[in-house]
This record gives sequence, structure tokens and C-alpha cells, in this order.
Amino acid sequence: MKILVTAKRVEDPESKIKVKPDGTGIVQEGLKYKINPFDEIGVEEGLRLIAKHDPKGEVVVVSIGGKEVQEQLRHALAMGAHRAVWVNHTGPLDQLAIAGLIQKVTEKEKPDLVILGKQSIDDDQNQVGQYLAEFLGWGQATFASKVESLESEAEKNKVPAVTLTADGKAVRVVREVDNGLATVECQLPAVVTTDLRLNQPRYASLPGIMKAKSKPIEELTPAKLGVDVTPTIQVLKLSSPPARKAGIKVPDVATLVDKLHNEAKVV
Amino acid sequence: MPIVLIVAEQQPDGNLRKASLNAISAGKQLADKAGAELHLVLLGKEPAKVADELKGSGAKVVHLGAAPELEHYLAETYAPAIAALAQELKADYVGMASTAQGKDLMPRVAARLKSAMATDITAINGSGADLTFTRPMWAGNVFAEVKLTTPVKVFTVRATEFAAAAGGQGAAEVKTFAPKVEASKTKFVDFKEVKSARPELTEARVVISGGRGTKGDFKEIEALADDLGAAVGASRAVCDAGWVPNDLQVGQTGKVVAPALYIAAGISGAIQHLAGMKSSKTIVAINKDAEAPIFQVADYGIVADLFKVLPELRQELAKLK
Ligand SMILES: Cc1cc2nc3c(=O)[nH]c(=O)nc-3n(C[C@H](O)[C@H](O)[C@H](O)COP(=O)(O)OP(=O)(O)OC[C@H]3O[C@@H](n4cnc5c(N)ncnc54)[C@H](O)[C@@H]3O)c2cc1C
Ligand SMILES: Cc1cc2nc3c(=O)[nH]c(=O)nc-3n(C[C@H](O)[C@H](O)[C@H](O)COP(=O)(O)OP(=O)(O)OC[C@H]3O[C@@H](n4cnc5c(N)ncnc54)[C@H](O)[C@@H]3O)c2cc1C
Repeated sequence: MKILVTAKRVEDPESKIKVKPDGTGIVQEGLKYKINPFDEIGVEEGLRLIAKHDPKGEVVVVSIGGKEVQEQLRHALAMGAHRAVWVNHTGPLDQLAIAGLIQKVTEKEKPDLVILGKQSIDDDQNQVGQYLAEFLGWGQATFASKVESLESEAEKNKVPAVTLTADGKAVRVVREVDNGLATVECQLPAVVTTDLRLNQPRYASLPGIMKAKSKPIEELTPAKLGVDVTPTIQVLKLSSPPARKAGIKVPDVATLVDKLHNEAKVV
Repeated sequence: MPIVLIVAEQQPDGNLRKASLNAISAGKQLADKAGAELHLVLLGKEPAKVADELKGSGAKVVHLGAAPELEHYLAETYAPAIAALAQELKADYVGMASTAQGKDLMPRVAARLKSAMATDITAINGSGADLTFTRPMWAGNVFAEVKLTTPVKVFTVRATEFAAAAGGQGAAEVKTFAPKVEASKTKFVDFKEVKSARPELTEARVVISGGRGTKGDFKEIEALADDLGAAVGASRAVCDAGWVPNDLQVGQTGKVVAPALYIAAGISGAIQHLAGMKSSKTIVAINKDAEAPIFQVADYGIVADLFKVLPELRQELAKLK
């Protein structure tokens, strides 16, 4: 079994994001970078599926970007992924380009499953997995989640939450949707996107980090893959959201209710 | 004349998902600015059920596509049908509310149409061919003005930023069509609904959310919610722990709410949580820690134990009646 997992480079979710005064970008100083949290969950899920169903199988990670994205690939390799593919490209990429590039890598690698994050925490688009599934003509199961609590025994036992059906020809996925949980079954090969509650990613161990240094990273480019990456989105201007005006602290509940009733008029 | 096509959504219980009405408003605004005609489309086994509600919402035409295969929503069966209709109508814009279904479906429609897409738009700017969308990035820390340059433009709408379309705005022409149904490699297995007697989180006038500070004890939050006819929400920490259902999560990666009153009890106010509630009209924070970041967005803050404050709050509110 082969599973392809994406690993996008994003700002650390703890970072303070500030817009440059001229609105052309964000202030880069002091920012730390990480693998997109949803993608880290994807790597974990891939590793668990392989461990359970085919220990001889492979998790291949792919990232698109400049040479700095190798850091995220090394992180995934340190977690236990087997190989990495780096699509070397600097400059803006829209979802058509990213999905197009991942499509070509998928056609080359022929995995049974591609796992992506449901969204990236910088652009917050929530699109690439679905574009990819359509481009490949595959089934999709987005927002893969877990029924039990992450603090449960089941989590501690690391039971895979995306399950292969008995015949091994499909995956059964529980999805987080409005008002509940939907379950779908996708014939393999398929595309799955991860929600936050799918699993708790493992830490990369020291031996894992040492080993990752010698694992191969294959370099590709959009030209080699034959994908036109001319952007179809123009980001014209960035701005900060309007600040909320400073509120007050009230000494007791009676004052709070008085303010809610007479000032805000919401009760 | 250019065409704006808005996809409406039927809930599993057969009713219209209310966020569709907000998406229709956005569609109308877009149609006005682009000098376009507004069309709606609804797919399903029995879409005619909600046709009446859509008829008076201000659109020119409502397209109803019924097929037995469309009983359970799947992106794989819905996307080709919508894309084919969009192509037939020569629609310039195709949009939908950013519900779970909107987020699952629209990128697949866009891919089929080889179109760029903007997720969760909060505003429509400019006019004619110079239209742009505003959308949040980085958990709402940044708002970006984006221009899509493909011939067809696809988007989803952040419902809280557009008023719900009211009924009684003329009568749209209702056209039925035979949707293009393709074989699907995905099959629907089941849907476990979280039933609640309380109002829907994204539609409630008052939302009371609990965080890790509740230690999983939501009794006081629920009691206050019942007193006020409010919806209950939660931080991610609470959903992860399995204390409340996942679909109560408010935030960047959960639901976006903007009620008249939002009460956050035992929630620290991480940026990812704020992303989902910062547009609420009045925000109240109850937290033991005076330094908690939630106080920076709260109109009224009270530094105290939530297990003491919530019962008192119920008593004081009861006095108003
Ligand atoms: C300030 C700013 C300016 C920009 N300007 C432009 C511009 O002018 N033109 C333009 O075309 N685009 C531009 N972009 C980028 C563009 O908006 C996004 O990169 C694109 O839409 C993809 O969206 P996403 O990464 O949010 O994908 P999502 O759909 O949110 O991501 C879902 C998943 O897709 C996978 N994925 C996404 N990207 C990668 C990647 N690089 N490598 C591996 N996996 C990945 C990950 O698994 C991720 O979890 C800009 C972005 C920003 C923030
Ligand atoms: C990719 C990503 C996406 C995320 N998406 C979301 C999201 O959509 N929504 C979301 O909410 N979070 C999200 N998070 C998580 C977020 O970063 C925070 O971890 C989370 O919101 C914290 O939840 P909390 O405030 O309940 O818990 P904590 O941060 O632990 O805060 C608990 C608070 O309760 C207070 N408290 C404790 N006891 C009491 C008491 N008895 N009375 C009063 N106050 C008390 C404490 O002072 C503290 O401030 C996301 C994180 C990441 C990385």
C-alpha cells in the first residue's frame, strides 16, 4: 500500500500575524514556520494505516514551494514517512496550480490514497483536496474525523480512524459535517482530507530525526511535471480587520446584567 | 446578460439550510454590482419541497434538479450536475454558503469548470468587470481583497456577513431540469445527526460557549442557554476532549457565528477561537484569569469563577422578567 501525503509550509499557528503598512504582504520578521497542522495529522494517519494494513507499504510526502519547504518534508520524514517529493517553485501558486501539480505527482507515484489537510491555516481556502479529486476523477472524503474523544483509550491505542474495508478495496471515512457525522465509503484510489480531530500526531523521535537526514527527497519542477502555474488569482491588497473597541471589566454580576440590559440592550 | 448562479442546500430533514438565504443575499448584491441576473439551483431527490421558500427570495429563475441518485448528498454526484447547469446557462459566477456542504462541493464544481475560487467571502467590491471579493486569511487576522481571473468565478459565502434574503420579493420562474447524474466511486453509508432542541448555532441571537474552564461540566451553560433561548457553543479543546459534539466548535476551523450576544465562559480566547466569534455584536467574557486574551475582544468582562457567575447570572436575569 502506498499513501501520498501533502506537507505545506505555513506560519506557526502561535505566530502573531501583522499586515505590512502598504498592504502588500505580511510582516515576515520573527515568524516561525511549521508543517500545516492538518497535514501533520495527515502524515500521522498515513503512518497508522500503513502500520496496520501493510508494514511494507510506504508513506510518500510532497510539498510545493521554494527550498525552505524541505524543512517540512524532513519533519514528515522524521515522523516516519519513507520518501519525499519536493516540487521546487518560488512565487504565488493558486489552487488550480497546486492541485494540478499534485495530480501529476499522483499519476507518477500511483498511490492507493492521497491524504491532504482540509485547509491550510494561512490562506484558509479549504479547496485543494477537492480540486485534486475532481482532476483525478477519484472519490473524495473531506473533513475526516473521529467519533471518540481524542483523550479516550482508543486514541491512546492509536487505532486508525480512516479504515480500510474488509476487501481492502475501499476506505470508510467518518466526516464532520453540519449537525453531525456522515460516513462514506470511497473506492480506492481516493482522496481524503483531514479534520483536526482525526488523530494526535506523534512527536518526531531523536532517532527518527537522525534517520530523516538520510532519507531521499526527489526534486521536481512544474516544468518537469508539465503544469502551467500562471496564477488565476490576484491578491490585490491585504488589510487588518477593524479592531474592536476596548471593553470594560465589571465588578459583579449585577453590574453585568445592568449593562447588558440598559447599555447593550441585548437582554 | 451575465448570470450569477447560487446553489441552495437542502438539509437531510428536507428543509432549506438557512445559510442558503444569506448566500442568496450575497448573490443578489453580486448580481446588482455585476449587472447580472440571479439564478438559484437546488438538487435532491425532492427539491420541490423547498421551492416555495426560494421562489420569493428575489431571484429571476429557480432551477430544480430531481433524481433518485441525489437523495444523499455526495460531491461526486452533485458537482457534475451543477457544473453542467452552470455551463448551459453560461453562468459567470457560481456561489454557495460556506457550510460543510458548500466547502466540500464548490471546489469540485470549480475544478470541473477550470475556475479559480474564493472561500468564505465577506464582501463584494467594485462593479462590472472590476469585481473583487474580500476574504479572511490567517484565522481572520488578515482580510485580503482578491480578484479571480478565470472566465467563471466560484465562491463560498460567509453567512454571518450577509443578511438573510427575506421572502416576498416577487416570484421567480421555477424550471425543472434533468440533472446530469454520473456514477460515483463514493457511496453514502450513514448520517448520525446531533439533535438539539436549542436553536442552530449559526442562527441564534444569543450564543453561550464553554471552554476548557468548564472541565466538561456544561450544566450551568445549558441552563442559561435554555433561559435565554440561546445556542450552545464550545472551544476546540472541549470538542477534542469529547465533552460536547464536534459541530458545536466555534472558530477558524469550526463554525463562524455573529449573534447579538456571545458569552464565553472559561475560554482563553486563542486567535483560532476569536476567528469564529469576533463579529458578534456584544461579547461577554467570564474567566478566572484577568490576563486571558478573551478580555481584549470582550465588551464586558468579569474576572471570576464561571461556576459562581453563571448561576448568579441566571438569577439576575430572572429578575428582569
Ligand atoms: C498574501 C498572499 C498572496 C497570495 N497571492 C497569490 C497570487 O497573487 N496568486 C495566486 O495564484 N496565489 C496567491 N496566493 C496563494 C493562494 O491563495 C493559495 O496558495 C492557493 O489558493 C492554495 O490555497 P491553500 O494553500 O489555502 O489551500 P487549501 O485548499 O486551504 O489547502 C488544503 C491542503 O492542500 C495542501 N496544499 C496546499 N498548498 C500546498 C503546497 N504548497 N504544498 C503541499 N500541499 C499543499 C495541503 O495539504 C493543505 O492542507 C497568495 C496567498 C497569500 C497568503
Ligand atoms: C490549526 C488549529 C485550528 C484551531 N481551530 C480552533 C477553532 O476552530 N476553535 C477553537 O476554539 N480553537 C481552535 N484551536 C485551538 C486554540 O488554539 C486553543 O487551543 C483553544 O481555543 C483553547 O480552548 P479553551 O479556551 O477552551 O482552553 P484554554 O486555552 O485551556 O483556556 C481555558 C480558560 O478557562 C479559564 N478557566 C479555567 N477554569 C475556570 C473557571 N472555573 N472559571 C472561569 N474561567 C476558568 C482559564 O483561565 C483559561 O483562560 C485551533 C488550533 C489550531 C492549531
